[in-house]
Amino acid sequence: MAVFFQQIINGLSLGSIYALIALGYTMVYGIIQLINFAHGDIMMAGAYIAFFVVVYLKLNIWWAFIISMIGSALLGVIIERVAYKPLRNATRLAPLITAIGMSLFLENGGLMVLGTDIRSYPGGLITNAQLPLTLFGIRLTATTLQLLILAITIVMMIILQYIVHYTRAGKAMRAVSYDADAARLMGINVDNTISLTFALGSAFAAVAGILLGLYYNNIQPLMGIMPGLKAFVAAVIGGIGLIPGAMVGGFALGIFETMVSGYWSSNLRDPIVFLLLILILLVKPAGLLGKNNTEKV
Amino acid sequence: MGSVKKVALKALALFMAAALIAGCGQQKSGSDKQGVAGANTINIGVNYELSGDVATYGTNSKDAILLAFEEINQKGGVLGGKKINAIVLDNGGKKEEAMSAAAKLITENKVVALLGPATSGATMAAATMATKYKVPIISPSATSPDVTVDPQSKKVRDYVFRVCFIDPTQAIVGAEFATKDLGAKKAAIIYSNSDEYSKGLYKVFKEEFVKDGGQVVAEESFNSGDQDFRPALTRVKDAGADLIYVPAYYGDVGKIVNQARELGIKVPMLGADGWDSPKLAEYAGGAANLNNTYFTNHYAASDPNPRLQAFVKAFKEKYNREPDAFAALGYDTAYLLVDAIERAGSADPEAIRNALASTKDFDGITSKITIDQNHNPVKDVAIITMVDGKQTLKKKITH
Repeated sequence: MAVFFQQIINGLSLGSIYALIALGYTMVYGIIQLINFAHGDIMMAGAYIAFFVVVYLKLNIWWAFIISMIGSALLGVIIERVAYKPLRNATRLAPLITAIGMSLFLENGGLMVLGTDIRSYPGGLITNAQLPLTLFGIRLTATTLQLLILAITIVMMIILQYIVHYTRAGKAMRAVSYDADAARLMGINVDNTISLTFALGSAFAAVAGILLGLYYNNIQPLMGIMPGLKAFVAAVIGGIGLIPGAMVGGFALGIFETMVSGYWSSNLRDPIVFLLLILILLVKPAGLLGKNNTEKV
Repeated sequence: MGSVKKVALKALALFMAAALIAGCGQQKSGSDKQGVAGANTINIGVNYELSGDVATYGTNSKDAILLAFEEINQKGGVLGGKKINAIVLDNGGKKEEAMSAAAKLITENKVVALLGPATSGATMAAATMATKYKVPIISPSATSPDVTVDPQSKKVRDYVFRVCFIDPTQAIVGAEFATKDLGAKKAAIIYSNSDEYSKGLYKVFKEEFVKDGGQVVAEESFNSGDQDFRPALTRVKDAGADLIYVPAYYGDVGKIVNQARELGIKVPMLGADGWDSPKLAEYAGGAANLNNTYFTNHYAASDPNPRLQAFVKAFKEKYNREPDAFAALGYDTAYLLVDAIERAGSADPEAIRNALASTKDFDGITSKITIDQNHNPVKDVAIITMVDGKQTLKKKITH
């Protein structure tokens, strides 16, 4: 039983990060029906911005979070304006292919500019102590970092729910997502609302990137590929386009993946995760929370 | 404005295409004198992983080789005054790049011998070209047995040599050290299923450990480059292992050690020469995490051998950093080649090959080296322990 709960702890940390990335996928999909394959690479950019902030500007990790979120949000908006906006009225396939191109551009551009070296955040950025947990009389090990990841994720989700449901910008996002043309007729600036969605999603990706870099103690230019794909799977599991779906999907996938590696084999983890994607698309394409259409953003 | 946008988009597309191409393969030249060897120079090809996942292996080895050639040229060169001209190419750690670099060095630069690459996979790829064109190739650090002996036909590859011990040797020595010196009884093994080096060590270690009276309580495989080892380590912890054998390269090892210590796993961890990298402590989340870890290696910088110490000093002076085993092996490789050229009395690839095959008691800095009938050296294995991030020689075992 101790092993089971320990694996749940491991899965929750990973799932938190997937959920944060999946939110960006799902928000963008919700508003312009585009699967932004460059999203994982924006996450990578966020991780690197934070790295440079702590290493060269010698600021602490909280500043790194803030600066990286702003930087990534800008990057997300620039990508949207340059690569996706001109194709807004093209067929749906065109922006999708552009997104793949943008993803490859960021990965290879990253390799070119940043080099292939694996880098680690300097030690001591956060205190990463072991926390002996006792749950139902079972002794478990978690680290302060794992708790921090979970806490940051939950706080970010609350902030997002607040923005979407209780601000004018959030109302505009929901309106555009529901019907862009009608929203335009109502005087909503659709382009700015879409940009805001990209900015928010990218800022979330930056947080995920930094947490991933801290959790695995390394960052490299291709770090966005696998977590990006996994978060996409998470978004589909939860129901792509639905914010609560991305959260549920992220946590579910993180725990599922950990259980596969923990009780079966690490080598089977990725094949099974992508098999799950195919199964979900075949059996319940709308995702676990698929029927709920009112919260589409 | 429409046309401006179109142009901008086209430019972007072109830029992206250029970035893709640039990302695929980079070649560097370490020498300004390229091309066909003149009457007074001998061209030697140096084909290494200078970028990519194992860039530190290739870079250190290449730097030591260039240092050795510089020393040799300063002392008057080889064969009574000929200078060595090293031509350096980067294969990025990719097999196909290693192969094309080898072909290019042989056909365009007319090299008489190839040195490198550092890893077994890349060496085997480069060796196909060396065999095709009948030019000897020496890898300083390719440890897979298949590099010099074809695993199917069991025939020795005529033109392929190495100066490091082979994987089974270090796994056998590792198992012996684990049972005798560390007193381990229950071992867990975490190995990469996508890497021949790791799989080979895993197989031999398991066999030897059981033969020495131990028991293997957990076997976990992963794919090289995986990030999350916590699920597997949680299982290892539950199995009650008193030793974890991690035969992998430093990038993965760092993550495994870091995550194991985070999960509160304090038992000794043992590895192989893939651990040897100045980056290991950084990837492992700090030097303290590496305490109580050991690995089998080709040499220890703290070995008092005076020639070795002279090399360590010269390397530090030239490159401003500590040499690792790849550097020491690279240095031995360069001198072994020059020794063979002198004994052959000519820079003819065939004559060099024959001289290499009959090497006996060559006095290298890592050990005395005799090349056996399988083109493998008979030499010492060093056991290194990490003490607060510093590699320290624990003991030497001849095998």
